[in-house]
Amino acid sequence: MATTTLTPQVGSYRRSWILEWLTTVDHKKIGIMYIVNSFLFFFLAGILALAVRSELAVPGLQFLDDATYNQAFTMHGTIMIFLFVVPVLAGFANYIVPLQIGAPDMAFPRINALSFWLLPLGGGLILSGYLFGGAAAEGWTGYTPLSSAYSPGPGTDLWLIGLLLVGTASILGSINFIATIFKMRAPGMTFFRMPIFVWTVLVTATLILLATPVLAAGLIALFIDRNYGGSFFEPATGGNPILWQHIFWFFGHPEVYIVILPAMGVVSEVLPTFSRKPLFGYRAFVFATIAIGLLSFSVWAHHMFTTGVVFLPFFSFMTALIAVPTGVKMFNWIATMYRGSISFTTAMLFAVGFLAMFLIGGISGVMMAEAPVDFHLQDTYFAVAHLHYVFFGGAVMGVFAATYYWFPKMFGRRLNEKLGKVHFWLMLIGFNVTFFPMHILGIQGMPRRIADYSPTAGWTVWNFISTIGAFTIAISILPFLLNVVATFINGERVGDDPWEGNTLEWATSSPPPPYNFDRLPPVRSERPVFDLRHRHDRERLLGEAAMAAVEEHS
Amino acid sequence: MSAEAPAVRPQVTQTTATHQRAGMPTPLLGMLLFIASEVMFFGGLFAAYFNSRAANQSDWGPPPSAPPLEILPIALPITIILVSSSFTMQFAVWAIRRGDTARMKFWIAITLLLGLTFLSGQLLDYTKLGFGIGDGIFGTTFYTLTGFHGAHVFAGTVGLTILLARGLQGQFSQRNHVAVEAISMYWHFVDVVWIALFTTLYFLR
Repeated sequence: MATTTLTPQVGSYRRSWILEWLTTVDHKKIGIMYIVNSFLFFFLAGILALAVRSELAVPGLQFLDDATYNQAFTMHGTIMIFLFVVPVLAGFANYIVPLQIGAPDMAFPRINALSFWLLPLGGGLILSGYLFGGAAAEGWTGYTPLSSAYSPGPGTDLWLIGLLLVGTASILGSINFIATIFKMRAPGMTFFRMPIFVWTVLVTATLILLATPVLAAGLIALFIDRNYGGSFFEPATGGNPILWQHIFWFFGHPEVYIVILPAMGVVSEVLPTFSRKPLFGYRAFVFATIAIGLLSFSVWAHHMFTTGVVFLPFFSFMTALIAVPTGVKMFNWIATMYRGSISFTTAMLFAVGFLAMFLIGGISGVMMAEAPVDFHLQDTYFAVAHLHYVFFGGAVMGVFAATYYWFPKMFGRRLNEKLGKVHFWLMLIGFNVTFFPMHILGIQGMPRRIADYSPTAGWTVWNFISTIGAFTIAISILPFLLNVVATFINGERVGDDPWEGNTLEWATSSPPPPYNFDRLPPVRSERPVFDLRHRHDRERLLGEAAMAAVEEHS
Repeated sequence: MSAEAPAVRPQVTQTTATHQRAGMPTPLLGMLLFIASEVMFFGGLFAAYFNSRAANQSDWGPPPSAPPLEILPIALPITIILVSSSFTMQFAVWAIRRGDTARMKFWIAITLLLGLTFLSGQLLDYTKLGFGIGDGIFGTTFYTLTGFHGAHVFAGTVGLTILLARGLQGQFSQRNHVAVEAISMYWHFVDVVWIALFTTLYFLR
């Protein structure tokens, strides 16, 4: 044929649908697998949370005994953090980051597939403790000696190996993200034209790269203690159990920002789109993100105030200091919405929900950063309330905002807005009914990680209300699931750019072809698709300005 | 069309290769990032070592039943061997940068040999130390640090073997030898870790 076409002929060779997904190295398919896998773990860990809340609804042991209760909250925490919140955001990043920077794929596609496949393997190992005499039961923080001398069973060893695999997956993924963002940006996509979500993923990946190996060192040390007679955390032979807390939290606090930064990135994509305004203070936001990343390595010991071995003023001050860049971001977001033409889609509702809930979690965080307050609240339900306002009210709200926002890009169909709003309001109300009373319980002195409490302690009412809230959250998942199923069957087809987005992922088809872009619009600002949509406006305005100038001179 | 003026002409999607216009090759950046994560991993283990040591200042060292830790006859020679292997590795890199594949293969083979000698020496040392990983906190930190370093040397020898095999198949050239550069970076890193480890274990007493 005489004519040539620019469209690459990428039709992969014929193979079965299952084999295609099992062996794919396409970042979009891997991203979807990340998200689906994470949601499965989310539902599982949610059921464990319901078990915990059911047991705590009224005094007395009704459903679980002490051992199964300990396993339930340990698995709930471990899975929610390591196998839901972190990987689900990594999944969205996997799908969206190459599209947003105009790249055809990630830098290392096969390592990308490896990062994903290690997750179900690691998660399966962690859970397989249930088959071998009981899963790990020392809490997601795995404090020694609870996790050494007092947990002789194989559950904790499986927990350690599983977390090592999940950690390896994170490290490989972070190398991939950094290399992709540094090396694969489209022509014109300078660092200060990258979408905010890409910036937050870049900082998050850096935190993973530098924090997770330290956890790996700690996990290995604990494994050696448990299996080869090591003494790292064993005081009788010269070890130090507090060392575990240092190692764990040196990873664990950056981990909090590993979770929250990409969610902040999602919100920073959603708010401008639905306010019809650019993000207020792009550069300030970028520098605040970097500042949070840097500061996150200097605050780990605020989890250890009551151990008596850390220098309280330093860690208290640094922790309070993190509130400054976070506050900058709050003003960025609010000023973005100010006088915007706001449309409250479900994605926008979740983004605004993120702002409000994360603000509460941030404020209770600053409260506990003050050492005298922390001495009273350490290991009470106040800490549980705080961490859920950050992880759930913050990160998970961001996850759902991302789900409603990018679903049309992934599948070409928009999730139903009515069902989405039912989901949002049920979840927001259920969330606050569950976790706000925990602040009060904590101040009243209820310790975390107890299976039972005295009927005379005065904690029954708030615990009962909290349990009602937990089931409300569970019910709120039903309209979401129904929505996803109904959308796949009969969802509204909405074209390539249903929200009039700003960033490059909206410049290709929905879903994008395997190679992502037939052609890229020129990148001249951080909003290339906005520029493309309004290129005629710009010419018209320039023309009018020229005409006005001519008239003035004549 | 006016919208498609030359200055804003939409561009056809570039391939991965053309995206990497300048600067470091992507695989090399990947290796550097991986080494950064390894630095943090060993940082964690070193932190555990110093933390334990600070808590046991009076009686730090092998248990009384074992002979004291000495740099001779094994530790110092294998250190010299490993440090030399960094030089031979660099000779291989310089050779392939000139396009001299024969010299590259020769120096990679020498490096591999030195690496394997180091590992054998370390194993020999383990049999003569007289204490084990379960004999108190010093033994635990000693074997964990040197053991994980040894595991990294082993990983390096696997990499070198692959390089040698690929070299013998005639795969590398002056322009195309990023794998040699990447493995050499890793090998130098492993060497630097050993220098830090050797100094810490045998001299910082």
